[in-house]
Amino acid sequence: MKKIVLALALLVLPGLSLAATAGYPLMKAPIDLHDKPSLQRGAKLFVNYCMGCHSLEHQRYNRMARDIGLTDEEVKANLIFTGAKVGDLMKNAMPKAAAKQWFGVTPPDLTVIARSRGVDYLYTYLQTFYQDPTRPFGVNNAVFPNAGMPHVLWQLQGMQKAVYEVHKDHEGNETKVLTGFELVQPGSMSAPQFKESMADLVNFLAYAGEPIKLERQKVGIWVLLFLGLAFVVFYLLKKEYWKDIH
Amino acid sequence: MANTQGTTGLVGWIDERFPLTKMVREHLTEYYAPKNFNFWYFFGSLAILVLVNQILTGIWLTMNYKPSAAEAFASVEYIMRDVNWGWLIRYMHSTGASAFFIVVYLHMFRALIYGSYKKPRELIWIFGVLIFLCLMAEAFMGYLLPWGQMSYWGAQVIINLFSAIPGIGPDLSVWIRGDFVVSDATLNRFFSLHVIALPLVLVGLVAAHIIALHEVGSNNPDGVEIKKTKGADGKPLDGIPFHPYYTVKDLVGVVVFLIFFSIVIFFMPEMGGYFLEHPNFDPADPLKTPPHIAPVWYFTPFYAILRAVPSFAGTQVWGVLAMGAAIVMLFFLPWLDRSPVKSIRYRGFLFKLVLAAFVVSFLILGYLGALPTTPERTTLAQVCSVIYFAFFFVLPILPAIEKTKPVPERVTEK
Repeated sequence: MKKIVLALALLVLPGLSLAATAGYPLMKAPIDLHDKPSLQRGAKLFVNYCMGCHSLEHQRYNRMARDIGLTDEEVKANLIFTGAKVGDLMKNAMPKAAAKQWFGVTPPDLTVIARSRGVDYLYTYLQTFYQDPTRPFGVNNAVFPNAGMPHVLWQLQGMQKAVYEVHKDHEGNETKVLTGFELVQPGSMSAPQFKESMADLVNFLAYAGEPIKLERQKVGIWVLLFLGLAFVVFYLLKKEYWKDIH
Repeated sequence: MANTQGTTGLVGWIDERFPLTKMVREHLTEYYAPKNFNFWYFFGSLAILVLVNQILTGIWLTMNYKPSAAEAFASVEYIMRDVNWGWLIRYMHSTGASAFFIVVYLHMFRALIYGSYKKPRELIWIFGVLIFLCLMAEAFMGYLLPWGQMSYWGAQVIINLFSAIPGIGPDLSVWIRGDFVVSDATLNRFFSLHVIALPLVLVGLVAAHIIALHEVGSNNPDGVEIKKTKGADGKPLDGIPFHPYYTVKDLVGVVVFLIFFSIVIFFMPEMGGYFLEHPNFDPADPLKTPPHIAPVWYFTPFYAILRAVPSFAGTQVWGVLAMGAAIVMLFFLPWLDRSPVKSIRYRGFLFKLVLAAFVVSFLILGYLGALPTTPERTTLAQVCSVIYFAFFFVLPILPAIEKTKPVPERVTEK
């Protein structure tokens, strides 16, 4: 009996992971939703570098302000560039049809991108643009080959080129495997600074994907404590009723 | 003034006009259930609990959800962000869908091990399989509503199955969608069916399931008919009133279930991509087919059977037929299992082996159905499909070769 229960439990519990990328290993994003300064830096990066093309159309400015520890005034003064009101959704002004002509694809809304792609993917994606003169914007990406997006952060990161390792199989065919990057033109940030900034940005996107996450876990603790108590009460009640049944 | 039930006052007034006390007695306080129910007997009441959860959370979701291709995805995020406690209602509903299938699969497994579908309970079983079918349709249509990539392409794949039917297939699939592709029209009709038509049928079937059960009485882990041994007062010696004994016992089961349910809702609502699939956080895009379309976990065993069957004579319809047959076979179980012994406790080793093979093949099919195909996986799925169907053909011949143990007259403890 116990074995059957265990077998059925295994059916339900996840054991598989979704493989997604083109083979380039993903870096682990250091997500900490409690780190409000990091979320604020991420929000600043987002509205300055991403929001020209990507909206956050399910997220409201004032909700963001409240959750990441800013006042409405601070948001109005520093983070709203579109003339939007503080209670508005974080939309942008880019016309979708025109954007499709410019980039070949409409830049997707990023509100729940962290939930669809995962934070590690975003963290790695943002750091692995490299020079590729065959592409329209002169860059390619290691985890999203032939991405339509230009390297909008190149002024911060600088420009890097891909480093390949050449593998030869027994028939002498060569395959190039992307193994790393080499900075060819430095940006305004050092490599560790850029890495940290991307952690902030991805942290912010993780927040935007599910603003309620921290509160949900807090409520969950109380619900479980209540249910634990209820279990004791109902178990004793059941025992009391059943003591005459043999 | 006393009536036939001996009640007075307000209840007496009602009883003269409506069988209130009579029904409470027949279904609760004087419904005698075997006293030896074990762990497996929690899942019936839990299924009702989840049904109520789905209906209530569904009503509140409907208040803010917009069934239109242009607004559906955004309205779900609106519920998650701007509706007070909307996130909780939505997670209760999405987790409830998976919980419903977990509970129902375990409930069906209980029927298999204790022979609960056997005479005189064939109709209870048939109503149950109809509930399972209805639940699958309900879940499938509900899954389209968030209008994410998996919603869209999952619906596309499943509706396209109908177009494999020779002759009428293509027209039939257009008729189901209301369009040539899954579109706003499809979303609207699925919403209508999901929130009103199928829940009505479901509740009606559940009522029939319970009425049939209370007519013949519950089976039990020993497979003994407790009505055969009655005391001088005409009550079954091994029976106890459902209320209060099983109401207080089921309450404990409810709390334990809610603990697991809450752990998922509050700490892992996506369940690693199984309860809420990651690609479903991308809005539906009719022009972008996802690289791997996987149904939600509760459909994967049947999806694996569908994919395991190769096309033959220029048509894919065989896979669709096999998938349908995998469910239809269940209806015949009461007549295929011809052993007079109900419970696995007194059946022979052969039955245990056959049942174990059936369950394991079903689990493996479920695992394979979530993965992209490879030649090895397809072979394994074919083997498991054969085992799955073989179960139904081996059952009728088992009694001839199986050695069963003597069934006791009265129920046993543990």
